[in-house]
Amino acid sequence: MDKIDAILPQTQCGQCTYPGCRPYAEAIAKGEANINQCPPGGEITMLALSDLLGVEPLPLDEEHDDSPEKTVVYIDEQTCIGCTLCIQACPVDAILGAAKQMHTIIESECTGCDLCIPPCPVDCIHITPVKVDADTWRWPLPDQNEMAPRA
Amino acid sequence: MSRAPHHLWHFHGGLKLEGNKAASTTHAIVKARLPKKLVIPVQQHIGEPGHLLVKPGDNVLKGQALAESNSYVSAPVHAPTSGTIVDISEMPSPHPSGLNTLCFVLESDGKDQWIELEPVKYPNSKSPAQLRQIVRKAGVVGLGGATFPTAVKVNPGPGAYIDTLIINGAECEPYISCDDMLMREYAAELISGCELIQYMVASKHCLIAIEDNKPQAIASLQQVIKDKSLHNIEVVTIPTIYPTGGEKQLIKVLTHKEVPSDGFPSDIGVLVQNVGTAVAVHKAIHLGQPLISRIVTVTGEGIKQPQNMEVLIGTFISELVEQSGGYHKDACKLIMGGPMMGFTLQSDQLPVTKACNCILVENTEEESPATMPCIRCGACATVCPAQLLPQQLYWHASSKNFDMVQDYHLFDCIECGCCNHVCPSQIPLVQYYRFAKTEIWNQERDRIKSDHARVRHDFRQARLDQEKKERDEKLRKKKEMLAQKKKVEANAANEGKDTLVDPKKAAIEAAMKRVQDKKAALKSATEKTDETK
Repeated sequence: MDKIDAILPQTQCGQCTYPGCRPYAEAIAKGEANINQCPPGGEITMLALSDLLGVEPLPLDEEHDDSPEKTVVYIDEQTCIGCTLCIQACPVDAILGAAKQMHTIIESECTGCDLCIPPCPVDCIHITPVKVDADTWRWPLPDQNEMAPRA
Repeated sequence: MSRAPHHLWHFHGGLKLEGNKAASTTHAIVKARLPKKLVIPVQQHIGEPGHLLVKPGDNVLKGQALAESNSYVSAPVHAPTSGTIVDISEMPSPHPSGLNTLCFVLESDGKDQWIELEPVKYPNSKSPAQLRQIVRKAGVVGLGGATFPTAVKVNPGPGAYIDTLIINGAECEPYISCDDMLMREYAAELISGCELIQYMVASKHCLIAIEDNKPQAIASLQQVIKDKSLHNIEVVTIPTIYPTGGEKQLIKVLTHKEVPSDGFPSDIGVLVQNVGTAVAVHKAIHLGQPLISRIVTVTGEGIKQPQNMEVLIGTFISELVEQSGGYHKDACKLIMGGPMMGFTLQSDQLPVTKACNCILVENTEEESPATMPCIRCGACATVCPAQLLPQQLYWHASSKNFDMVQDYHLFDCIECGCCNHVCPSQIPLVQYYRFAKTEIWNQERDRIKSDHARVRHDFRQARLDQEKKERDEKLRKKKEMLAQKKKVEANAANEGKDTLVDPKKAAIEAAMKRVQDKKAALKSATEKTDETK
């Protein structure tokens, strides 16, 4: 189960319907969950799980596209009322603040799980894509559809 | 020459390619005009980016450091000319991604006034470590294209022993001729740089490897060696086979040794430096000059007057094109680097960096040839200079099987493009390898991040559990107290109403009694003092 947990992206977002990455890993280990329920992990996580467990790869759940864009959230500090609800929701303690004090996201710690968004009473938390720079940029996979059909 | 010819070996595979170097070597290196505006990327090396030493509005002198870092693997950047820093912002820079990077924008004042330089007159009076420090401060990086900080590379480290210093003048990629021209025109500086590097790494031999298609460069270097009667520096003529200028390939050709996979040349007692880097080391130590210019080949069928130019870092490519007669009508593709390993640029409004050895303008748009399925002919494996199995790599990379590509030693691939070149199905193989490499690096970054997130999540979970436990404990204690109180009350009720003593009430009464006693004591004391008066 530790090995399964090691593959999961640790966003703790609960999109797999389990309350965190470890519970999902437990469910997979018990055979209660499929390996294609992790949207942040995408196809790569699914393939890694299939490789680890020796099961056939499964297509990803329909609503999850295969190239999840990495995101983080930011708090519009003008609107924040300091209610601390988001702090309680954050699974990785990535929000800094106190009651009646403005809150802010520690961007480097944010996993992009978006769990802080629903509890916010003033809708001041927004999703923003992680900026790609020259160091984190990735070469694209050549377009395989261009491949001419066999003669 | 009395010396016996150096014995040579072969590396696996490789290609004989059309050189196409004649057009750019018809005349001497031309000094590019001093540009009005220069754009200097903060990061032009492998390693940590430097922190900024200047701010917009500052006046700087030529050679003044603009950014430097304290971390070991890093290199500073310097002002290529004197002028004013008008902006520091994200600007387009030459990178395959086309993304913006942080750059200094320098408006030159036309005076080209140097900062005070500190040349070292007698390098032998300094220790190798002191010289390395000078090389580091001068921002010298590998000019063959990898831009690894030279000061790090010329530090063999404790216990390491460099037997042979190889100076790479192979320049095997077609069209590029900047090293050839540098060797012809800066032979004395190059030899001086070789001596300095030899001193820094304490190597016994120095081999300058040059492909046999550069007879003039060979002759001019041999002349300098003869004039200075140097015995431990030797020019070795090697056959022209692409990619013999690859570090591992060149080592194999000259020494028959192979650099281990995951290893470094220093593991087998070899250090390889590009010829341009050696000249930069000479300039840094003997002249005190930082690396602020380089030689760039401006060539290709799409350019009117192909030539080599000495260019300040930060000069726009468009200015080099203009000073080389401009584009031909049918020019259509701009490449930084050569046709085999270079990458396409989207615009010529990009600055020359330390890594830029060649600007290639093509005139025939390679109508991307129809890619056909792999027929498993094996031509790619025959030419692969790293002895890999390119079709297996392609197979696994295209199916995103990143464990398997690593089992097939993806990271030994030097992206030379030989497999691409010979593939009868026109499969862009190297693109698949680049894709797989950057994906794997990305996964590694994700893994580190998710490990970090797991630790934080576990910690939070532990903290919440702890808090809950403490709360429960408090609650339990309170409940116990209440239960006890009830018990006492019940007991009292049993024993009769008059004996009922509320512990709280009793405590209050006791406290009041204490206060009264105190007051009485105080009163009697004051009365006593009054009496004594």
